[in-house]
Amino acid sequence: MNLTDFTTSVPIDHVAVEERVSRLNKRSIKKGSKVQALKLALSMMDLTTLEGKDSPGKVIQLCQKAKKPYAAMPDIPTVAAVCVYPNMVKVAKDHLKGSGIHVASVATAFPSGMAPLSVRIDDTKFAVEQGADEVDMVISRGAFLAGEFNLVFDEIAAIKEACGKAHLKVILETGELHTYENVRKASDLAMQAGGDFIKTSTGKISPAATQPVTLVMLEAIRDYYYKTGKKIGMKPAGGIRTAKQALQYLVLVKETLGAEWLNNELFRFGASSLANDVLMQIVKQETGQYQSPDYFSID
Amino acid sequence: MSEHLEVLKTYKIYVGGNFPRTESGRYYKVFDSEGDLLANACLCSRKDVRDAVKTARGAFNGWASRNAYNRGQILYRIAEMLEGRRAEFEKQLSRIGFTKAEAESDVNTSIDRLIYYAGWTDKYQQVFGSVNPVASAHFNFSILEPTGVTGIFAPENSPLLGLVSVIAPVIAGGNVCVVLASQAYPTLSILFAEVLNSSDVPGGVVNILTGKKEELAEHFSSHMDVNALLYTDALNTDMKKMIDENASLNVKRIVKKNIEDWYSDKSQDPYLLLDFQETKTTWHPVGF
Repeated sequence: MNLTDFTTSVPIDHVAVEERVSRLNKRSIKKGSKVQALKLALSMMDLTTLEGKDSPGKVIQLCQKAKKPYAAMPDIPTVAAVCVYPNMVKVAKDHLKGSGIHVASVATAFPSGMAPLSVRIDDTKFAVEQGADEVDMVISRGAFLAGEFNLVFDEIAAIKEACGKAHLKVILETGELHTYENVRKASDLAMQAGGDFIKTSTGKISPAATQPVTLVMLEAIRDYYYKTGKKIGMKPAGGIRTAKQALQYLVLVKETLGAEWLNNELFRFGASSLANDVLMQIVKQETGQYQSPDYFSID
Repeated sequence: MSEHLEVLKTYKIYVGGNFPRTESGRYYKVFDSEGDLLANACLCSRKDVRDAVKTARGAFNGWASRNAYNRGQILYRIAEMLEGRRAEFEKQLSRIGFTKAEAESDVNTSIDRLIYYAGWTDKYQQVFGSVNPVASAHFNFSILEPTGVTGIFAPENSPLLGLVSVIAPVIAGGNVCVVLASQAYPTLSILFAEVLNSSDVPGGVVNILTGKKEELAEHFSSHMDVNALLYTDALNTDMKKMIDENASLNVKRIVKKNIEDWYSDKSQDPYLLLDFQETKTTWHPVGF
């Protein structure tokens, strides 16, 4: 396959992207379909803790929540994965054994990626050796913005190789890419270099995931699928806090890529506080009463 | 110059320091004492209650952690603002049938009541808190903490003084509230919201909805994030039963006060403030 010429931009119509997002956001999803969508969103979640103060205790607590999001409702789905730093992978792996929940690890000198490639490769290998099923890498935004696309491409390919069987999610950190054109370009680049997923953000930079950026990335995935027949996954991360937002993202996916992408093999939410809001909305739908965060576990 | 046309006010609700319309888009007609149309008021829905509770919850920690002295200053400030706009309140009261003297004394007493509770903000803790004798080497003390988000059904027949009398003790103690205004006379409550909005009361501390108790009582009482509910008017048996049953879901504190005369001593009482406080007792080890 011919590679895209990354020095030329795919033109993006800013106004149309934002207009389409705002139009799709007006979809009203109620009752049965809402419950179904909320449960789907929960099953797509990467419960995340990426803080300097993370401890085994915190990770274990998160794993418990992943396995049993809400004790009073045993039939609701578990989340898709738990996302942690490499040195917490083993703890998470041990506590999720047999649950079918994946362990995702950020690697490659997350969140900045400002380390020599050899260090980033070792970081990745370490995470995989510890048992990570999925690796979330960051691209070198500095190099990307400087136009060194080949360098970024080769780095992603090298990390992909280091991943072995683990799935690779490529974090574009769209908040630092400034334009939709850059987002589109980085998406194309990441997919062609071997990423299994493309992911918006680290969650450490504002703005994190936004819906217009997600739409641009979803369209890149769609075009790549038409060209190659390969299905690449999408993971918006950071800043998604409410169930309502989550439903809006699902509508974007459905309308851009179709129902085939509506499962946790191809779509994920990177979030920490989203889970509780989704749970509260599910309980609201089941009981009819608006819920209070007082009665849901703090993760 | 052309002749001036009177510009009529649109009465909207007060949520989070803003004046939005009801999300439902519904309204109902409000009449003056002559039977003429006075205003179209928002007929709030379940979702307005939801939004207001969410906003109130967001404002709670900030308000509860203000120091007592500062809360007192802000309550005093509400009184100052009300004083400055008394003419408008008196005019509005007279539209709904108050005589000039009644309107004046209603506003006067409302202002006094705010100042009364402003004074209590830094005193109730001393009066109601306690140091408790215990038979061990502990310093044991009980302090008061605000209950949280409080729903209030404002008195139907005292649209200003009654309203002020139920809001002031609740917020003086560090609570936040969602108020359902008098259904027949909602204009006074929205005027009062304008006073609150210019009085350094942080947005979300007081939220005022207008509409029907029959429609909204269920949502006030069943919402798991509402910690207390205050009402003063008699409710019919069915509604009372429903409120009590719903309140049991999260052990909501239901406070029913039988107050008809808003000039009486009963209507101005530090125990009203105590009704929306939770007692926390601490055992602190001490050596001798």
